[in-house]
Amino acid sequence: MIELVNIRKSFEGKEVLKGISTSLEPGKTNLIIGASGSGKSVMMKCMVGLLRPEEGSIYYDNRDFLGLDDKEVREIRREIGMLFQGTALFDSNTVQENIEFPLKMFTNMTAKERLDRVNFCLEQVHMQGINKRYPAEISGGMKKRVGIARAIAMDIKYLFCDEPNSGLDPVTSRVIDELLLEITQEFKITTIINTHDMKTVFDIGDKIIFIYEGQKWWEGNRADVKIANNKELKAFIDASQF
Amino acid sequence: MLLFYHFGKYLLFLKGMFTKPEKFRVYWERTLHEMSNIGIGSLAIVAIIAIFQGAVTTLQIAYQLISPLVANPVIGSIVSDSSILELAPTITCLVLAGKVGSHIASEIGTMRVTEQIDALEIMGINSAGFVALPKIIAGIVMVPMLIIISIFLSNVGGIIAGQASGILTPDEFIQGARDTFRTFNLIFSLIKAFTYAFIITSVSCYYGYYTEGGALEVGTSSTRAVVYSAVLILFSDYLLSQLLL
Ligand SMILES: Nc1ncnc2c1ncn2[C@@H]1O[C@H](COP(=O)(O)OP(=O)(O)O)[C@@H](O)[C@H]1O
Ligand SMILES: [Mg+2]
Repeated sequence: MIELVNIRKSFEGKEVLKGISTSLEPGKTNLIIGASGSGKSVMMKCMVGLLRPEEGSIYYDNRDFLGLDDKEVREIRREIGMLFQGTALFDSNTVQENIEFPLKMFTNMTAKERLDRVNFCLEQVHMQGINKRYPAEISGGMKKRVGIARAIAMDIKYLFCDEPNSGLDPVTSRVIDELLLEITQEFKITTIINTHDMKTVFDIGDKIIFIYEGQKWWEGNRADVKIANNKELKAFIDASQF
Repeated sequence: MLLFYHFGKYLLFLKGMFTKPEKFRVYWERTLHEMSNIGIGSLAIVAIIAIFQGAVTTLQIAYQLISPLVANPVIGSIVSDSSILELAPTITCLVLAGKVGSHIASEIGTMRVTEQIDALEIMGINSAGFVALPKIIAGIVMVPMLIIISIFLSNVGGIIAGQASGILTPDEFIQGARDTFRTFNLIFSLIKAFTYAFIITSVSCYYGYYTEGGALEVGTSSTRAVVYSAVLILFSDYLLSQLLL
């Protein structure tokens, strides 16, 4: 479980996060939703320590994340996987080398063991047999899946996904959603997903956190979302329907 | 003010690089890869520059010293010494600042703007050390070797030009070069090479690493890396000459 307590973050005097507190639960898909520019990515980056909030605390299973030194932060990060908006695959490395990379860095696995693990991860995302391809040679949807495979290569406890569906067609988006749900449930990880895709919310959202003007405006589960009596949330949902 | 800001940030960047490598083997492999990139990859340009620079210096010295009072071997000794002391290390490294520096800055800059650096951080890797350290080490190992090759080839260039133009014979050139050769000059040249290599690689890594924005900014970082490396090379050239000569 990850807990946020009163997180504030501003850029050059402009307050982007105005004191957000919430908790993100293990074995569940925790969705952070909101309009573009509402601060979802900033919130996620604060959680993983790529940005430092001016105020507030973050607890990873009761470990005070912001109170740790660089070395301890790196320890926690080995339990974290992240799927970036642009996938952030290493473009000079093959798919296999990408997924293998954290294993090479942090484990003493033999080449054979690593290969098995890579193939296992590729199987999890239904992408067997593309080991030797380079990121530039595969489609956007495939890159996202390889990104997920890389994120789960180590035994992670927390999975962060920044707009996993951005730039994907609706069909591929659903495939990615399903994958994330499967992985979350199978490995009992705490999954956090930034999205403005309402279909994702209705399909796989266990816990939903709606960010509006830098604040947590609404929080609940996917059943509540449809009947929520909250003007801004309704407007956001209505705007996504067609 | 901005100068001090960047200098301080640069020092912190260097300091942040030095943590225990997560896996020595991976760093070692990357260093070898960079050595081949920087060393083998720059061999041709270094050779071309050296030969022409030696040849031109020979012709120019002969032209300037035209007098029956000057013995021919003197030309050889001037060409050889100035190659060792200044021309080989400095000219070569100014060109390497352009070639190697821009490559490093744009490679790391691209990694930054495509979030690959963030991805390294998230995995729990010291990203500054991971991307920069192998390049800096490769640079300070390979550039001095390139300079030695460059010194050798500029003498070859001088000999060829002297012979081709009938100014002096190869024997006279070599005799002159030998007469005034001092081991200290070679050491001085290598000290320069180390210093320049460190400047080029670390400054370029710094500008690449702190790129913000997109493709356009990667270009800006790359330009900055080259310009600042070149200026710092010239500045340290002066400083080293003042201190050590
Ligand atoms: N590094 C930064 N420097 C300055 N402003 C930033 C930075 N990152 C994000 N912002 C600002 O924070 C706000 C929220 O951005 P972001 O979290 O990316 O939104 P989104 O919800 O679309 O992910 C935006 O107004 C953006 O301009
Ligand atoms: Mg975003």
